[in-house]
Amino acid sequence: MSHLVLNGLSKSYGGVTAVQSLDLAVERGEFVSLLGPSGCGKTTTLQMIAGFVAVDRGNILLDGNDLVSVAPNKRGLGIVFQSYALFPHMTVAQNIAFGLEMRGIDKAERETRTLEAMALVGLKGFADRYPRRMSGGQQQRVALARALVIKPALLLLDEPLSNLDAKLREEMQSELRQIQRSIGTTTILVTHDQHEAMALSDRIVVMNHGRVEQVGAPDTVYGRPASAFVASFLGKTNVLRGTSDGHGKVSLGSLSLAMAGAASGPVQIAIRPERLAFAAVGAAGLDARVLSRVFQGTHWLLTAESAAGALTLMRHNDGHPVPAEGEAIRLSFAPADASLLREGAAG
Amino acid sequence: MSLAISSRATPYYLTGPALLVFLGLVIIPLGMTVLLSFYDWGQYKGIVPEFTLKNWIEVFTDSYFFEIFLRTFRIAILVTLATMLIGVPQAYILNRMSPGWRSAILLVVIGPLLVSVVARTLGWALLLGSTGLVNQGLIALGLIAEPLAFMFTETGIVIVLIHVLIPFMILAVWASLQRLDPQIENAALSLGAGQTTIWLRVILPQIVPGILSGAIIVFSLAASAFASPAIIGGRRLKVAATLAYDEFLNTLNWPLGAAVASLLLLALVAITVGSNRLIERRYSQVFE
Repeated sequence: MSHLVLNGLSKSYGGVTAVQSLDLAVERGEFVSLLGPSGCGKTTTLQMIAGFVAVDRGNILLDGNDLVSVAPNKRGLGIVFQSYALFPHMTVAQNIAFGLEMRGIDKAERETRTLEAMALVGLKGFADRYPRRMSGGQQQRVALARALVIKPALLLLDEPLSNLDAKLREEMQSELRQIQRSIGTTTILVTHDQHEAMALSDRIVVMNHGRVEQVGAPDTVYGRPASAFVASFLGKTNVLRGTSDGHGKVSLGSLSLAMAGAASGPVQIAIRPERLAFAAVGAAGLDARVLSRVFQGTHWLLTAESAAGALTLMRHNDGHPVPAEGEAIRLSFAPADASLLREGAAG
Repeated sequence: MSLAISSRATPYYLTGPALLVFLGLVIIPLGMTVLLSFYDWGQYKGIVPEFTLKNWIEVFTDSYFFEIFLRTFRIAILVTLATMLIGVPQAYILNRMSPGWRSAILLVVIGPLLVSVVARTLGWALLLGSTGLVNQGLIALGLIAEPLAFMFTETGIVIVLIHVLIPFMILAVWASLQRLDPQIENAALSLGAGQTTIWLRVILPQIVPGILSGAIIVFSLAASAFASPAIIGGRRLKVAATLAYDEFLNTLNWPLGAAVASLLLLALVAITVGSNRLIERRYSQVFE
């Protein structure tokens, strides 16, 4: 049985659905991200797991025990808040030791564990500082240490890196991943940042309008998006319109592809810009016309127009000439790189 | 004239009118009052502009004055403690209300300040009299047999002052509650703290500066209050402010009244500045 199981979890606020019948199973030690735009229900889900928001319907099973009826201060979960929510009137050491104190752990052990936690997050020597006298990155480490020192069954991270600048965020990302790996605590991260989700997680849960759009490993979700929403939310993508004959053949403008699983009728196909290539001379392909080209150093970004819709493609700056605006091109791609999007899920 | 000089002078020009008003209406009359307290006075000779310390010596040695000052500060301390006890939880509840309810309740909270001091105090006199609503109610409920004495007692003065001064406490505490991280209670909750612990260990320490600044305001206003003690306390139960008034207007001993008023001012300034220093030193590390 999975470590954490969310079973038909639902929540609505005054008739507005925040989370609708969410099912998710998280394995022990796994790092799972809830990714989506604001208002997609990811934070509400986290708060239901934490117990700050009452559950309308469904269960939260941790090792098979339902958490729904457990008070939030009895759940024993470690939480890092977006604002860090450190206690400003306590020193770093007092902040970190607070959870241990609440558990009635004696002073000597409290001190040892606090020092261990501070070493884990790289805050040695900061014990007597007050949070206000620390940088955002340091405060975030305190928050992480405070959440981890209680040896939580689950670590919940609510947009923990969004208040840091870009460079620090990248540093913290790899450090967070490394810390999580080393202690093996099952972790759930809420974020709207696709890069953060992809960099950190074992699996990503893409959410929209209170529903799960797709669950999968970062490369799967990126490479084979299940819906138009996922395709457009994670990185740049091309959504092409085509028609399926219902027998494994999809035609996109001048191109005909073998794609199983599509019912007869109009279909949408997603393909990443970096997976589009120019077709070999004389080979079959999708005819298009270049609308614009932008030089970006390592690559060129081209936009083109085709019978299957507008598309963007990336061309590595490898010395080959790049077609100019207005030029006709013929594009091809490996059928495995294209994904068939679910009907009616357009974001 | 160089630009640097003119721009440096700008703040003075801008604050000039306010400074003049402050100087003319506060500093000069205050200075004259202090000066007056060193003048001589006699039943038949009136005020004599001769330097003497006799008013100050009288104020400091006569137990009559000591008793009145003691009463004044006793009332002020009781009012301050009571506004803390009532105001802090009320501010906390206010802070957690929905915005619509909050603005409605906020109006109720500052209500006492919107009513004229005399009308409000006379209203309290009607409620607190021996045949007033409060006593009649308590007798009707069978809680007491004889009417309680509220009028012309310290209890009455304290009740009325709590009513009018509590908005200052609530607003000061509310301001510091608004500065709390909205997730801070959840953070404590997630670490295993119960509601009482959250209150005592997390919320209260962070709003202490707000409570103390509210207490300073309430204390100084309660100690220098005039209308409420005058109407509820009557002629017999004097406080420092009504004492100074009586010396000025009944006995016509202006220099003695000036000495009483100056002493009250000095005591309040000392207490206010002293406690402010204490707060700053204690909390500068934590709160900027």
